[in-house]
Amino acid sequence: MSEKFPRGQTAIVGAATFGVGKAPSFEASDLAAKACVAALSQAGLTLSDVDGLFFCHSTDTMGGLSFAQYLGIQPKVIDNNRLGGSSFQAYVETAAWLLAAGAIDVALVAYGSNQASAAGKLVNTVRPMTYEAPYAPLNPVSSYALAAARYQHEFGATREQFGEVALAARAWAQLNPEAFKREPLNLETYLASRMVSDPLSVLDCCLVTDGAGALVMTRAERARDLPQRPVYVLGAASETTHREIASMPSLTTTGAARAGARAYAQAGVKPSDFDVLELYDAFTINTILFLEDLGFCPKGEGARFVEGGRIAPGGALPVNTHGGGLSCVHPGMNGIFTLIEAVRQLRGEGGDRQIDGAKLALAHGNGGVLSSQAVVILGGPDTV
Amino acid sequence: MSETGPDKAFFDYLRQGRFMLQRAVSDGRYVFYPRAVAPGDGAALEWIEASGLGRVYSTTVVRKKPPEPSYNVALIDLAEGPRMMSRVEGIAPEAVAIGMAVKARIDASGEEPVVVFTPAEAP
Repeated sequence: MSEKFPRGQTAIVGAATFGVGKAPSFEASDLAAKACVAALSQAGLTLSDVDGLFFCHSTDTMGGLSFAQYLGIQPKVIDNNRLGGSSFQAYVETAAWLLAAGAIDVALVAYGSNQASAAGKLVNTVRPMTYEAPYAPLNPVSSYALAAARYQHEFGATREQFGEVALAARAWAQLNPEAFKREPLNLETYLASRMVSDPLSVLDCCLVTDGAGALVMTRAERARDLPQRPVYVLGAASETTHREIASMPSLTTTGAARAGARAYAQAGVKPSDFDVLELYDAFTINTILFLEDLGFCPKGEGARFVEGGRIAPGGALPVNTHGGGLSCVHPGMNGIFTLIEAVRQLRGEGGDRQIDGAKLALAHGNGGVLSSQAVVILGGPDTV
Repeated sequence: MSETGPDKAFFDYLRQGRFMLQRAVSDGRYVFYPRAVAPGDGAALEWIEASGLGRVYSTTVVRKKPPEPSYNVALIDLAEGPRMMSRVEGIAPEAVAIGMAVKARIDASGEEPVVVFTPAEAP
């Protein structure tokens, strides 16, 4: 049966961040709440309008309940899924269906984390893995390193090519005042950076920051009466292939291949239609795998594809225009920020990093260890 | 209930010096990690002694600050089909190569026994 996704029937009408970088003395919910109020304010809406809350807390597994309580709202629907960094793309997917069906009227999608200030490292919130723990992988890095090593084996990719991804992210971050890492980065520095889990070095890994983000969604007909230029949800699809890296069917092909194909079919678009891509770059290998799986180049060509600054500012294909998880923000889960950057680009709010006339954007999420993949396709008014 | 859960059974076998895998009674597929039912079809599972043979599917070195030694983490494709995380010992961690033939041994030196691998042939 073909999917009857409610293409263009819902829109993002508010998108805000708060506390990106370091926000000492704020708790995760404080950060998320500030982002929520800012996003609602953009939309000309208030907390009392929210009847669907889509939230996961960085450490509180019942955070959906806690956060509704914090905000003083009693939503009809709370989605508290824990897919990892792709949770937020999946929230948008679910919210689009629920809004289009009339089950809810205003969806608030949010995340906050103070992990950098509170713990100084990525906070581990998952169950112990009985069949991995004895071998002490440095997770999540080692799982992605195993994928990167396999990718190098199958396709001959070099560290210089991985470095192109890190350098592109940094170059975009230099154009984004909100980005956490903005000092120049060159290939020599990248290649000399400390190895963490071969073949991934410190500069192949995402940042550990604080930060919060929020999105407000409503139905398209209401969106047109609200203050912001609506950003329409044209397609949204998710796929999960595994949880632990040993159970991933192939380490060089992710669930983004199927999620992307479904989202393209829903939206009626193809890869060459996109003006800007926001891919979940927890590690440099991610960007390469996702460019392949989402159809921007053939399998095995991704490392060559990113050469020569193709995805950097001024390149043919703008990818991760805020600087990504590698150089802008990564508070444990990053999917909300790829969505927010896509919204900003489609609203023309990108400042020095704005892609002229951006009409169609892809915001991708990755959860676990390449486990959960989710794709949201967003478009400006010309696309519906 | 007298039946033993899959994790306990696996580690009980290891303590007896046996590396055991589960096999689905439906179609003979081997399964790892141990489960109460087979993935995909929910079939019953029986325990079969593993051959202990496998090949390195991927490998990494977890880098530690000296003097703490860096160590290997690998994914091993078992001859029976399933893939498991483990480590390859007996050679330098960075000398472990994808495609290398390896064989299992049970390391009982720690608190819990653990399946590790060594190169199957002398380099």
